[in-house]
Amino acid sequence: MSAAGTTDRMTRLLALVPYLSARPAGVALSEAARDFGVTERQVRSDLELLWMCGLPGYGPGDLIDVSFEGDRVKVTFSAGMVRPLRLTTDEAVALVVALRTLLELPGLAERDAVSRALAKVSAAAGDAAERVTPVAVSVDAREETLTVVRAALEQQRALHLHYYVPTRDERTERTVDPMQLLLVDGRWYLEAWCRRAEGVRLFRLDRVDDVVVLDEPAAPPPQATSRSIDDGVYRPGQDAPAVKLRLARAGRWVADYYPVEDVAPVDDPPGGLAVTVRTADLAWARRLVATLGGNAVVDEPAELGAQVAAEAREALRRYGVPPAPGDG
Amino acid sequence: MAAKRAERLVNLVIALLSTRQYVTAARIRGTVPGYEADDGSDRADEAFKRMFERDKADLREMGVPLETGRTSVFDTEDGYRIARADYELPEIHLTGEEAAAVGLALRLWESAQLAGAAQSALVKLRAAGIDLDPTRSLPIQPRLDRGEAAFEPCYAAARDRRQLQFDYRRPDEDTAVRRHVQPWGVVAWHGRWYLVGHDLDRRADRVFRLSRVVGTPKATGPAGAFDPPADLDLTSVVARQVGGEEHLVVVRARPGTAVGLRRRATSLGPADDGDDRLQLSTTEPWALADELTAYGADVVVEGPTEIREAVVERLTRLAAMGESA
Repeated sequence: MSAAGTTDRMTRLLALVPYLSARPAGVALSEAARDFGVTERQVRSDLELLWMCGLPGYGPGDLIDVSFEGDRVKVTFSAGMVRPLRLTTDEAVALVVALRTLLELPGLAERDAVSRALAKVSAAAGDAAERVTPVAVSVDAREETLTVVRAALEQQRALHLHYYVPTRDERTERTVDPMQLLLVDGRWYLEAWCRRAEGVRLFRLDRVDDVVVLDEPAAPPPQATSRSIDDGVYRPGQDAPAVKLRLARAGRWVADYYPVEDVAPVDDPPGGLAVTVRTADLAWARRLVATLGGNAVVDEPAELGAQVAAEAREALRRYGVPPAPGDG
Repeated sequence: MAAKRAERLVNLVIALLSTRQYVTAARIRGTVPGYEADDGSDRADEAFKRMFERDKADLREMGVPLETGRTSVFDTEDGYRIARADYELPEIHLTGEEAAAVGLALRLWESAQLAGAAQSALVKLRAAGIDLDPTRSLPIQPRLDRGEAAFEPCYAAARDRRQLQFDYRRPDEDTAVRRHVQPWGVVAWHGRWYLVGHDLDRRADRVFRLSRVVGTPKATGPAGAFDPPADLDLTSVVARQVGGEEHLVVVRARPGTAVGLRRRATSLGPADDGDDRLQLSTTEPWALADELTAYGADVVVEGPTEIREAVVERLTRLAAMGESA
């Protein structure tokens, strides 16, 4: 069995007797199984093993003793196993960093409780928590938006909001049925059924403005199911038209940032990278190319490059910069 | 794990917890069931030794504080014991609300390493008598370390304070460059993960974006090889290095345009020509110049001069792109 499997079972075996000792009235086997995240059968097999363990001498009075009453189990002799093992560094980090992250969440009703839990857990973790914690999470959030969205979720009501769409530099107005809040690597998203788009959408909270809880129930239709974010929150359409770009060195971050296909190094521009981005949204592509300020050359579609250049010439006129030669 | 082995390990822990004396390996072999008996042969001795070494390593790996020492000066060899005070989780009492907070917090982790640690922490807290209700749920799905392959090795090296080497490719560089770093910690900042540490080749403190790490980082050398600065605040290191100094930029925007800029700008009122004057604050002036360029003729930069010039330069390049096409 794997090292992780060994550790998991040992952690459980060393914790099981203290767990039962702390509950002198006994525990239903099903409850113990749920608490340890294993099957009842596994708990039974763990108990059978522990039955064979005890103090040196290993006589009847030395071995761990467990009694069943119906389906309830309790420990009658613990062989000195009364407390669980201390937290390891990983366990302390998992707890302390997660609690600190929760503390950073604005609008959290349970703030005081989280803060007290953090103090108690840190004290109990002792040395493991005293060292500099090697993980930190900084959460971006707009307090007011998050508070309103949470309220809507708790009261199961619909929301009216303005959503900023950066790719089109537009503020859109929508009524949505909230489904859940997601916090992905420090960024908040609201997953909701968008009545306008008639589909499940993710709304980044820092792009939501003027959100109001409506006086009508949230009613996501039955076809509204949470989409998995395991492949990331940004997903391009597979069949969307291809935009082919050649990125100069300073524009190669695009390949890091967006899902791209057919990536290949090129010599023009020097040290460049040819990529294909799929998007049905040409306004987005135009913005992307303009943002790259000349660090991307458009190969396809040709009209995209021409359009960006024409817009740049118009802008230059406003700056009073003489138009480029050949521009009329 | 083989039941026999688990049984032996549990018995070993109980035996060493129940004594204040150091117990020698030979004595453990004679007492704790499951070890290869001493039949006088070298083969049996070897088998026992191997078994016992592996058991000790596994217990230490789990965090069992196995002590080595001698009870008296007359002892001729080292023995083993487990000090109860070091082994046991100290008393901890949580109210229902506090326990709920812990339950929620432990669901934040996604990486195998910390999700596993969160699960075993949960088991230990329950064994300490705390009732954590797993059915309580908030409509929140927090994810912390999803899908960042370099997270685990970087985290583990920072935890153990081992030197780390990895290939790092900046987007403006052609090839990945091998970096040697004393890792201090990993930070999520504005939705991205960073490694903070001391770059041994460049002899400077550096921040690395985990998504730019190529391949799997490798820890080298012994644990405890360095100490991070005592007053280290990981988040502020990243904010300083990635963020930088604050700049104020004033632009003119045509009425009704530049929605995105207006969301974060301070309005300075109308200009003579009817445009709106907006003031923007940024820690990344060149990124802002990129963004302003994309607004085309709708937005004109008033100042400072270097931002205005940066935008004009970008527009000139874009305009030239049309020439060659």
